[in-house]
Amino acid sequence: MVAPETQGQKVYSRPESLTVTPTHYCPGCTHGVAHRLVAEVIDEMKLRERTIGVASVGCSVFAYNYFDFDFVQSPHGRAPAMATGVKRTLPDKIVFTYQGDGDLASIGMGEIVHAAARGENITVIFVNNTNYGMTGGQMAPTTLPGQKTSTSVNGRDVETQGFPIRASELIATLDGASYVVRRSLNDPKNIRQAKKALRTAFEVQQRGLGFSFVELLSICPTNWGMTPTQSIQWLEEKMMPFYQLGDYKISQAVAGLKF
Amino acid sequence: MARQLLKGNEAVAEAAVRAGLQSYFGYPITPQTELLEYLSHRMPELGRGFVQAESELGAVNMVYGAACTGARTMSSSSSPGVSLMLEGLSYIAGTELPAVLVDVMRGGPGLGNISPSQQDYNQIVHGGGHGDFKMIALAPCSVQESIDLTVLAFDLAEKYRSIAVVLTDGSIGQMMEPAELPEMRPVKFMDTDWAVRGAEGRDRRFLSSIYLDPPQEEQANLRMARRWEEIEANEVRFKEYYLDDADFAVVGFGSAGRIALSAVRQARAEGIKVGLLRPITVNPFPAKVLKEVAKKVQGMLVVEMNAGQMLDDVIRITNNCVPIEFFARLGGVMPFPEEVLVEIHRLAKGPLTTEGDPRSRWLKRASAAR
Ligand SMILES: Cc1ncc(C[n+]2csc(CCOP(=O)(O)OP(=O)(O)O)c2C)c(N)n1
Ligand code: SF4
Repeated sequence: MVAPETQGQKVYSRPESLTVTPTHYCPGCTHGVAHRLVAEVIDEMKLRERTIGVASVGCSVFAYNYFDFDFVQSPHGRAPAMATGVKRTLPDKIVFTYQGDGDLASIGMGEIVHAAARGENITVIFVNNTNYGMTGGQMAPTTLPGQKTSTSVNGRDVETQGFPIRASELIATLDGASYVVRRSLNDPKNIRQAKKALRTAFEVQQRGLGFSFVELLSICPTNWGMTPTQSIQWLEEKMMPFYQLGDYKISQAVAGLKF
Repeated sequence: MARQLLKGNEAVAEAAVRAGLQSYFGYPITPQTELLEYLSHRMPELGRGFVQAESELGAVNMVYGAACTGARTMSSSSSPGVSLMLEGLSYIAGTELPAVLVDVMRGGPGLGNISPSQQDYNQIVHGGGHGDFKMIALAPCSVQESIDLTVLAFDLAEKYRSIAVVLTDGSIGQMMEPAELPEMRPVKFMDTDWAVRGAEGRDRRFLSSIYLDPPQEEQANLRMARRWEEIEANEVRFKEYYLDDADFAVVGFGSAGRIALSAVRQARAEGIKVGLLRPITVNPFPAKVLKEVAKKVQGMLVVEMNAGQMLDDVIRITNNCVPIEFFARLGGVMPFPEEVLVEIHRLAKGPLTTEGDPRSRWLKRASAAR
């Protein structure tokens, strides 16, 4: 039997686009996974020196500490507007926002819808963990019916607290959006799919094909009050049936993309 | 450049273009909309950035993003829209970025109306947004001055990494006057060590208003405070009229100052020795000259198109060393020069006092008259 040739061969390393800073994310949190995927894609596409990230307000507010490229940090919900300002001033640069569900689907609903409707040539990475992580697990627009949070202690009551918003489906209705997909960070297969989607999204932007949006189903073990493993299970059992993975909008030009 | 007949708002828009405006973001609101409309064709024609934003929240945050790149960028709005922008202005200030805002004030509070007023003095000068930040505020009284101060606003914003506001109103924005535009300046990014344009061949940069460590936030606040001191030392601007031998002084900015000037001229023709101090930078306020004038004259009259927002500053600065009277029209009503003249007569006739509150004396008179 021949031993696999791993000696001297790099199988795993830090992407150039990530700094050597330990993150502040809780153990098991999928924000870290999402960061890594973004960094890998930026590396692979050799965009590091041309990319400007827009951090939002939420647990990822310090994203700029972890990515080794230029970053700005926006007010709560306003990242798509800020990204618009950057992109319209620097049309040749790659601009993306990284937003949580409270940020994007609640306080920032106006900004995201209109950036998409304008077909703003930016990429939006939307981390859906069904709650406001940073402020301690309050109900978000994405909180599932019956889900317990610190502001829906008996479970979200749709009679008084309304229904969750499916952001990808909503954004996909807009003619301005070119690429809108939902992926999940629950297992290696889906993580690979997520990375492919991120790659496509940045390719869309690089080729000037318009607004790209990748929703990533994520976990928040800390505020869900679960272990990371239990959280993954909860994501699979509760979130995935409600937030179905899939391609919600692939414009003709994007469908023809080859890379 | 030859003088031509120009409308206030359009003149400001073209002045911004010529000052090197690289991207503009705005939202419709009367009496500011001509700026947005003009730039909606002018900017794309020149290959520069323009977006009609979804709201003033959107517009100010687009300005925030554009300002991060070290470009000359601007928005314009009117009072209710500016209220909505205050969040973004605080962030821009907290990130120490240069940006220009044109505020074409209208009547209020609330939705109010679309007539000229000066209701935003406090929200611009004393900062409606959260935090210890100050914005440079330039108050023109004519179309020509609107042009000149717009260009100056870009230069000052860049020089001090600050927000500079052109604080004008619906009357100046809508009026047509002969004026001269400046030469077209080339568009160029600021040469800085902070702008975010992609980390090409250098270490990454980031721009944020966050300082999680309170002592660092304190440092940032101190830096801003020192910068403001520098602005106060170097950038105060005002205009004095007939003050050399004056027994009485009127103080008013923008439209109110212009109207007061007509009244002052009329009073002079009648032999009343009255002059006018017209602050051009309402922030930094011309405090030093105001104090000097206050020491020289027997009485002062403050004229505004709000309920005495600047009056409070005048009272604070003069510190009871001179009798003060106040006159204002509110809610989008403009004062007539004749009304101001009546107030000058009252001032000249006396009796004058440093006792009591000029605002409540005016309010009593105004209530009796209307
Ligand atoms: C205008 C404003 N309102 C409220 C807050 C407080 N705040 C900070 S983070 C946050 C929630 C973010 O949640 P989410 O977008 O879901 O991101 P996560 O933390 O879950 O990643 C809120 C409400 C704020 N910073 N600004
Ligand atoms: S609070 Fe939740 S979303 Fe935030 S870092 Fe912790 S696990 Fe992640």
